[in-house]
Amino acid sequence: MRYEPVIGLEVHAQLQTRTKLFCGCRTTFGLDPNTQTCPVCLGLPGALPVINEKAVELAIRTGLALHCTIRRLNRFARKNYFYPDLPKGYQISQYEEPICEHGWLEVSVNGTWKRVRIRRAHLEEDAGKTIHMEHVTSSLVDLNRAGTPLLEIVTEPDLQSSEEVVAYLKALRDILRYLDVCDGNMEQGSLRCEPNLSLRPVGSSQLGTKVELKNINSFKFVKDAIDYEIARQTRVLEEGGTIQQETRLWDWDRGKTVVMRGKEEAHDYRYFPDPDLVPVHVSEDWIAQVEATLPELPQARQRRLMTQYGLPEYDASVLTSERALADYFEACVALFPDAKTVSHFVMGELLREVKQTGGSVEASPVTPAHLAELLKLVESGVISLKVARELFPELYATGKSPAQVVEEKGLQQISDEGMLRSWIEEVLRTNPNQVAQYCRGKETVLGFFVGQVMKASGGKANPQKVNELLRQVLAAWKEA
Amino acid sequence: MRLSEAEVEHVGALARLALTPDEKEAFRLQLSRILTYMDELRVVNTDGITPMSGMRTNENVFRSDEPQEAFPQEQALANAPDSQDGYFRVPKILRDR
Amino acid sequence: MSLVKLTLRELQERFTRGEVSAFEIVRAYYLRISLVEAKVKAYVTVNDKETVFAEAQALDKELKAWRKTLPLMAMPVAIKDNICTAGMRTTCGSRMLEGYVPPYDATVVQALRAQRCVIIGKTNLDEFAMGSSTEHSAFGPTRNPWKLSHVPGGSSGGSAAAVAADECVAALGSDTGGSIRQPAACCGVVGLKPTYGRVSRYGLVAFASSLDQIGPITKDVMDAAILLNILAGRDPRDSTSADVPVPDFTRAFKKKDVKKLKIGVPVEYFGEGLDAEVREAVQAALEVLEQLGGELQEVSLPHTNVAVATYYLLATAEASSNLARYDGVKYGLRSKHHQDLLEMYCRTRQEGFGPEVKRRIMLGTFALSRGYYEAYYAKAQAVRTLITQDFDTAFQSVDFLITPVMPTPAFRLGEKLDDPLQMYLADIYTLSASLAGIPAIAIPCGFSRQGLPIGIQFMGRPFEEETILRAARAYELATQWRQKRPPIREK
Repeated sequence: MRYEPVIGLEVHAQLQTRTKLFCGCRTTFGLDPNTQTCPVCLGLPGALPVINEKAVELAIRTGLALHCTIRRLNRFARKNYFYPDLPKGYQISQYEEPICEHGWLEVSVNGTWKRVRIRRAHLEEDAGKTIHMEHVTSSLVDLNRAGTPLLEIVTEPDLQSSEEVVAYLKALRDILRYLDVCDGNMEQGSLRCEPNLSLRPVGSSQLGTKVELKNINSFKFVKDAIDYEIARQTRVLEEGGTIQQETRLWDWDRGKTVVMRGKEEAHDYRYFPDPDLVPVHVSEDWIAQVEATLPELPQARQRRLMTQYGLPEYDASVLTSERALADYFEACVALFPDAKTVSHFVMGELLREVKQTGGSVEASPVTPAHLAELLKLVESGVISLKVARELFPELYATGKSPAQVVEEKGLQQISDEGMLRSWIEEVLRTNPNQVAQYCRGKETVLGFFVGQVMKASGGKANPQKVNELLRQVLAAWKEA
Repeated sequence: MRLSEAEVEHVGALARLALTPDEKEAFRLQLSRILTYMDELRVVNTDGITPMSGMRTNENVFRSDEPQEAFPQEQALANAPDSQDGYFRVPKILRDR
Repeated sequence: MSLVKLTLRELQERFTRGEVSAFEIVRAYYLRISLVEAKVKAYVTVNDKETVFAEAQALDKELKAWRKTLPLMAMPVAIKDNICTAGMRTTCGSRMLEGYVPPYDATVVQALRAQRCVIIGKTNLDEFAMGSSTEHSAFGPTRNPWKLSHVPGGSSGGSAAAVAADECVAALGSDTGGSIRQPAACCGVVGLKPTYGRVSRYGLVAFASSLDQIGPITKDVMDAAILLNILAGRDPRDSTSADVPVPDFTRAFKKKDVKKLKIGVPVEYFGEGLDAEVREAVQAALEVLEQLGGELQEVSLPHTNVAVATYYLLATAEASSNLARYDGVKYGLRSKHHQDLLEMYCRTRQEGFGPEVKRRIMLGTFALSRGYYEAYYAKAQAVRTLITQDFDTAFQSVDFLITPVMPTPAFRLGEKLDDPLQMYLADIYTLSASLAGIPAIAIPCGFSRQGLPIGIQFMGRPFEEETILRAARAYELATQWRQKRPPIREK
């Protein structure tokens, strides 16, 4: 029997608010332990939560971008369980009444578009961090993260391969970044993904037993963990076994999933409405206001870049993977309309520098205006394309204007006919054999002459002009 | 409603209470009696009645996204039964969440 | 007359006129505490005497230069020990928090401190405010100043006893199902539970969040209004605190009668189980109110008989979750007997909580657990709606309601300790106002033949504290009950 995987995804996205969901502590990552806490997020006796309006707004923003219905009357519930990084002994979440429902996201997998249904997205607070150490009888708890706002985005089981999952996750991350909702950093845990996966015989409409996967903190691990789990479950079924409903952790070290340790008592979270919070009513006006501020989303922008600028799909998808990058590209094209050339520079030189220096596109010292200026220098023959490429790292490092640097370093191309002719004649004189070959009809030596002339000029000669003049001079010599 | 010993144990486990055998039996009897008394709620007709989860004093009470001063680390840990290197310290967790 | 016998208003007037200094006030109260506290045991913690004396002297010095006083300035107020006081331990009457020192003040404590009021001590209570007798305190019971063999009521028994025994001029209590009104009635003092949302809960250690309210326990109705003026108001740190205007509540006393007011007498509150002496006292009070110009009218609150069941399901469910934070990780007790985390949790909570708290956590956990949520918790929520609707209907035809506070006067220590259900039934007349979130005040209306105080309850429309304050004050002035003092002997 052949089996096919049925995969659904739960994604926890940390919302980019300045402060926590229910208190004014900052959400900054990587600070000293327990330095971002207050009575509310420490769960001190008597402290009470008050919801951060911005977090609700970001949830609405995401919901609209994912074509969800936005719930008008929102209530919060307590999810009760004990864990050291959960200071109140309950997590404030939304249970039966998520703020966003029934949406979808289209993803492109191997050139075909697939619509993934979003079941729900709801607001909840994050837990702190527990550090477990080997060979020690205690664990350590840091509550800095406790209370950070999360949006949990849950799909229907519409995905069928690790490629689809990764494509969905990337598309979702791009959208969240476009919206300024989440920085999408999987390694730092601001985007966390928990797939659930089951197998069923091909053609069957019944769902098999579901396994949940946790501890996945990069796109690579998503793919690896799902591929591993599909193979594992297939093997179990083929050997006549049955799949246990369980949660498995991805052990990246060993490259396999392992069962999460002992859950002897079935979970009973005893959800009930949190009496400390009042309902959040999302009005038509509020939704309209948020909608008015939504940016053009990556997929729409990608399609537009392809039609408007004639870019290939690959270029358009790279450029739109990040809002700042697409903004950069379009700002530059507005000043220098050769989209293809701009796109090559942005995808090549700019992204390389950004990556190498660990910077960001927004903060690029080479502004779109600088890049346009640089490309204009190439267009007008002042410098060669090669020089422009070579110059880019320095421009990025210094932030100076390209014209100024070209001027300072004397990099202008030499197009003066007199100069060029004297170099050409010198080269032809010193290479009589090659001239003879040319005269016998071997045109390929032309490249050799160009190279020699460039060398003689110290790289500054305008190669196009050199080419042109060489032909003229050689033609004259041939006649003579 | 009469509670069984197993139910009392289950509820005690959910609530993280290490009950003694005497307590278990006492709670079983007392809670059974109290719950039997509470069964009188069943005769109240609540069809179509919206449950009241709290007083509706108001709605849309928000906090603006402005950072407030946090506790210094020593204060966060001041009441902790055990701490180490700026962390709360707890006995080893033998089970995952 | 001794300073400690004065009401807040009287003491305040003398202080404002400069007839008595802050130092003299606090000295008189510390003296009184030293003479009666050993018998009454109203306090868990009495504030450090030297510190308080020094503060009082500093205040006197400032005032010599510029005599401008505030309503609570220099007034020795006691605070129930489930309201957080920065730097002063807040135990909730529990082993769990025996040494817990909060790093922040409750909003109401901030308000008192802004008045330069003297926080004289933290009063005893049933553990985490769960009880009706103050016997469920981990630090021993408080005694009823009228009869030391009897309970002071609860859970704010320490606050009520402290006011009755002149160990403070006024006190703060918290009321979840009657915890201000019932001990006030037991101790012959005034206890006001404001409308839910009227006073900030920030810093009140939660028992049942949808029911808890802080309120004053005072020597008379005037004092309750003076304190409420300071306590009331919207607090941005409490989402459930109401954004409604706060009047000057003492202005309610301009009218010294109840003319043109319709007084509802709910039949369900005068049925079986009501002690004859209590019935007589309340009926006599109704006649006085009639003489004061009120128009009595019988009304019905048909769901009164299910209020106890409703309340104890909802309150314990919320409590089971509110008390989950006491896990030995961040503060409070941690058991020494454990091998791993799970055992640490279970033993900490086993050792830290007393039997009543455990019982309620068990009950509440059960009511929320899978398979029982609908039949118990959700059902109780629906009945709560019906109870609230009963009041809405009654208030369409009357301006306020009169009922007993308790079915009997204060009972003997230990009398109901072994029978939790009987203890719960003692709250039968106070629970409904909590469930409906309406304001209610308990004031003395007589004494039993044994010499124990009897209380009467005025319940009003939401945010109409002024109406019940006016009526209660009119009744208080027309009677002499407040003149009687507990027969407690100074040692």
